Amino acid sequence: MLNTIFGSLSEGVAPSTNSYESIASSVAGAGGVTSVTWSGISSTYTHLQVRIMVPNSNSSSDNNIALRFNNDSTSVYTLHQLSADGATVASGALTGLSFARVGHFSSSSTQPLVLVTDILDVNNTNKYKTTKSLFGFDTNGGGAIQLVSSLYSGSTSAINRVDVISANSVTFPQYTSFALYGIKGA
Amino acid sequence: MTSTYEKIASTTLGSTASTVTFSSIPATYTDLVLISNVKASGGNCYPYIRLNSDTGTNYSYTYMSGTGSSALSGRASNTAVNFMYGYSYATTANANFNSLIQVMNYANTTTNKTMLSRSNNAENSTDSGVGLWRNTAAVNTVTMVGNSNDFASGSTFTLYGIKAE
Repeated sequence: MLNTIFGSLSEGVAPSTNSYESIASSVAGAGGVTSVTWSGISSTYTHLQVRIMVPNSNSSSDNNIALRFNNDSTSVYTLHQLSADGATVASGALTGLSFARVGHFSSSSTQPLVLVTDILDVNNTNKYKTTKSLFGFDTNGGGAIQLVSSLYSGSTSAINRVDVISANSVTFPQYTSFALYGIKGA
Repeated sequence: MTSTYEKIASTTLGSTASTVTFSSIPATYTDLVLISNVKASGGNCYPYIRLNSDTGTNYSYTYMSGTGSSALSGRASNTAVNFMYGYSYATTANANFNSLIQVMNYANTTTNKTMLSRSNNAENSTDSGVGLWRNTAAVNTVTMVGNSNDFASGSTFTLYGIKAE
């Protein structure tokens, strides 16, 4: 049997294509934050991706982590989700929400939760916008994994603003990292 | 010009291997993405990921799987085998097992490391998982372990870095 080891520095890197670009990022300072706003998003991207790491949320799982688009807080968001807790799998759907849910807080005070959310076709003005999110945390004896899809049907306008919010204004703690990326089409 | 989503290293196996390791990973990225497309050799293999060569029982995971007849969830705690893939595994047939693992904020030294995975093998299952490595050290080595049997020649592994500006 052959064990194969590859040193990363010797492999070189792919040439830059600028198809996947970092738009904005931040890390919550002392005291944490209750929301993050990314505005003036360029119309040159086809899709957006949000990547979040919450180091230790220590908050009820009833508190959602969510996105809002173009500052629209009306009840024009719906979702479907598939979730599991290590024992059972459940499916759910909600309508009339004021946000696009992408995950939820964890009661763990020591283990991080993470999510990756894609917002698709953000500059297409002929359709509503859909998100797909993979979210999870594991606490070594507990945890959850979820797939969530949300629809924003308030407008077919291009998305130029994304807010990351917490339900009930729960604080994202210090060291929470937020990152927004843009993906360009051909 | 700086590239945000960058290939760090990749390999296509020219012969069977029991493990594949990417080492000396620089701490300059924000997240790592490991994409694997695997065929097994000698029998089914149930690959898992190991960080910084830690073979201790410092991993745990929670997964959900769809097998075509059931939707299932499970977990493991205090394990050395970080198998986030649930019910999907690699076989010796050509219906390959593929996986995408995201190691989030891998270089921070404040928190333990959480990973997200999506994996599939059309012959057995489609899965999502979350794994935890209870160590605050920056990740500088990622190893895919064949487990039970080897990775077959032709299996591919690519490690990417994503850098937030």
